[in-house]
Amino acid sequence: MVKDGCAHVKPAAATDLSVFLLVTWSLWWQTGHEDHVGPDPPRIIFSAGKALHRGALGWKAEWLLSIIRLLRLSPTLDGLEVSVALKQGQVTPTELCQRCLSLIKKTKFLNAYITVSEEVALKQAEEAEKRYKKGHSLGDLDGIPIAVKDNFSTSGIETTCASNMLKGYVPPYNATVVQKLLDQGALLMGKTNLDEFAMGSGSTDGIFGPVKNPWSYSKQYREKRKQNSHSENEDSNWLITGGSSGGSAAAVSAFTCFAALGSDTGGSTRNPAAHCGVVGLKPSYGLVSRHGLIPLVNSMDVPGILTRCVDDAATVLGILAGHDPKDSTTIQDPVKPFTLPSLTDVSKLCIGIPKEYLTPELSSEVHSLWSKAANLFESEGAKVIEVSLPHTSYSIVCYHVLCTSEVASNMARFDGLEYGHRCDSSVSTEAMYAATRREGFNDVVRGRILSGNFFLLKENYENYFVKAQKVRRLIANDFVNVFNSGVDVLLTPTTLSEAVPYTEFIKEDNRTRSAQDDIFTQAVNMAGLPAVSVPMALSTQGLPIGLQFIGRAFCDQQLLTVAKWFEKQVQFPVIQLQELMDDCSSVFENEKLASVSLK
Amino acid sequence: MSVQASPTLFMASASAAVAALSDVITFKRVARLGEDALRRPTGSEMWARAVHLCLRAAARGRRGFTSKADPQGSGRVTGELIQHLERLSLVDFGSQEAVARLEKAIAFADRLRAVNTDGVEPMESVLEDRCLYLRSDNVVEGNCAEELLQNSHRVVEEYFVAPPGNISWSKLDEKQPFPHH
Repeated sequence: MVKDGCAHVKPAAATDLSVFLLVTWSLWWQTGHEDHVGPDPPRIIFSAGKALHRGALGWKAEWLLSIIRLLRLSPTLDGLEVSVALKQGQVTPTELCQRCLSLIKKTKFLNAYITVSEEVALKQAEEAEKRYKKGHSLGDLDGIPIAVKDNFSTSGIETTCASNMLKGYVPPYNATVVQKLLDQGALLMGKTNLDEFAMGSGSTDGIFGPVKNPWSYSKQYREKRKQNSHSENEDSNWLITGGSSGGSAAAVSAFTCFAALGSDTGGSTRNPAAHCGVVGLKPSYGLVSRHGLIPLVNSMDVPGILTRCVDDAATVLGILAGHDPKDSTTIQDPVKPFTLPSLTDVSKLCIGIPKEYLTPELSSEVHSLWSKAANLFESEGAKVIEVSLPHTSYSIVCYHVLCTSEVASNMARFDGLEYGHRCDSSVSTEAMYAATRREGFNDVVRGRILSGNFFLLKENYENYFVKAQKVRRLIANDFVNVFNSGVDVLLTPTTLSEAVPYTEFIKEDNRTRSAQDDIFTQAVNMAGLPAVSVPMALSTQGLPIGLQFIGRAFCDQQLLTVAKWFEKQVQFPVIQLQELMDDCSSVFENEKLASVSLK
Repeated sequence: MSVQASPTLFMASASAAVAALSDVITFKRVARLGEDALRRPTGSEMWARAVHLCLRAAARGRRGFTSKADPQGSGRVTGELIQHLERLSLVDFGSQEAVARLEKAIAFADRLRAVNTDGVEPMESVLEDRCLYLRSDNVVEGNCAEELLQNSHRVVEEYFVAPPGNISWSKLDEKQPFPHH
């Protein structure tokens, strides 16, 4: 946890005494109300202070800051707060970098990172520090630690896609989105773990092993488990992060970085975001460049953004969005970075609730939270209406056909000749290709390639592939019709339930799980719309549940504005990993034993 | 699926490969193989080939990778289809479970038949209403041949080295020249 306090809080017209009383009361309140879910008085006060004097810092706030540091009142910071802290010299980029690196070491058992680029990050931190000293910071992201999913090419840093096929592959260039972040001065902490080639919904099928959900080790979850008096070894029943950007979600959730890049083809950013209690944004297709993102489905892939709050997601999106001459599928319209307005009045909003998303598999808890959210909007004056997306039940099937077909084509580039794994056989080119691909790809990838090629066979092309393309148009039209009828934003669940234990998850195969878990998220990819998963509340087991907002194409700003309002209303609690951080040694031991016994 | 080896490209690479000391295939063998591919087979050769194919088919049938062995199979995934798909994809099924998974995937995809798509145009991209601009054909970067060659396992001077490309792939051929029973 980053223990540095807010750098900018300055209660309006406060005298020293009243500030002192405020701080003391906040401390008393927090110690007595650790389990509180919902609006949190100390945070409201800090937010108010923030709103009043963003960026301005007087000597009173500095004094307050040192009190906060002593009392450790503000356990978490969002990116903007840290950015201000950096600008004001409250913390240096090197300090921040080292804290994050030590956190990464402490949370190694989560297996969130494949490669930790320590030297690179420290070097970047040094440069950021020089810039801050001169007062020439590059922007909001200068000196902020970030992580990148391992299917984005990073120059000089191994990019594996969690596959044997690319193990040891070092790209000679940076993906455009990575380059944009580095140009803003962000510190690259490392490459995060994923499902092999981003195929999966659990982050369990990569060659570096599964990613563990930090919430498995949270105080909130563990206390609930103790109440249910489970006698089994806690550490062997850890939960999945969801996928396929599970490593990125876990990295952000465990405070090892402030933002992470994921990719979203069928929900791969929003699914782990919901399970790990972070914000997962899928921008509109065509807004963010895909150059350097190792492609899965060219017509649906989008780089995703994972952060701890909606404001940070908006900041990162503002930097990443825009035309890229290297990606012809990015739109030409100019895009400027934006700050999200703080909505106070939602009475002009129209929220749509798609009735077909109420499936029997939806867990009752998620359902009740979904209803609660709808009621929240209604009670604040928004218009909440039921809408229909009639082809919803076919959308997962359509996605399955299109995805496997495009995958079959995209995976053809891996032949072992120019890069990546190569087998030892040299009898003939085709034999070499076949052996290389057999050794390089796992069952999931091979299965999808074979299915895809089946659908692309001459005799099947019309009946499967073209048919799926037609159904895709019907699905995209469903959304267009709904938005044309006056709806601004759709509100749906992100996942069927909270995160499940790994032992439960692996009972079904990857394809079945993906078909189940992507159900609410993939239709959005097919229509190319923006969507964001916002964590709402904890379940009865103490695990995060997120809800999804879907916006009109290229109206990402409006979507995020609504999401920000919602986030402020629900005040999702912070994950309490403090216990774990301070007392790592015994947990580590158990962890090792647990992981050995699972094999 | 365009993994089909291009004869000209790989013949060029093959000749480069020949120059490499570490490469197993000798010039004579390459030349002979090349000649074999170009020259029309004689009668006795064709006969031998037919026998070979029959034996191969028999051995494949014995492998049991067909759906007939699978009680749940719809029978759509025949042995021939499996071979065809493996040849196109240049990945193998690997196990009976993989075949079963394909069957389930096909059954899943069959649900699309229930949708009425009369008069609906296929949608290739969500950005179909917009013009996609290609950048102008000017060289602005490049000259990084060395960097690119570094990622390959087998390189000779500025060539990627590949084994001969005019040999049709067969799993059995690779593992053993004639099938065992």
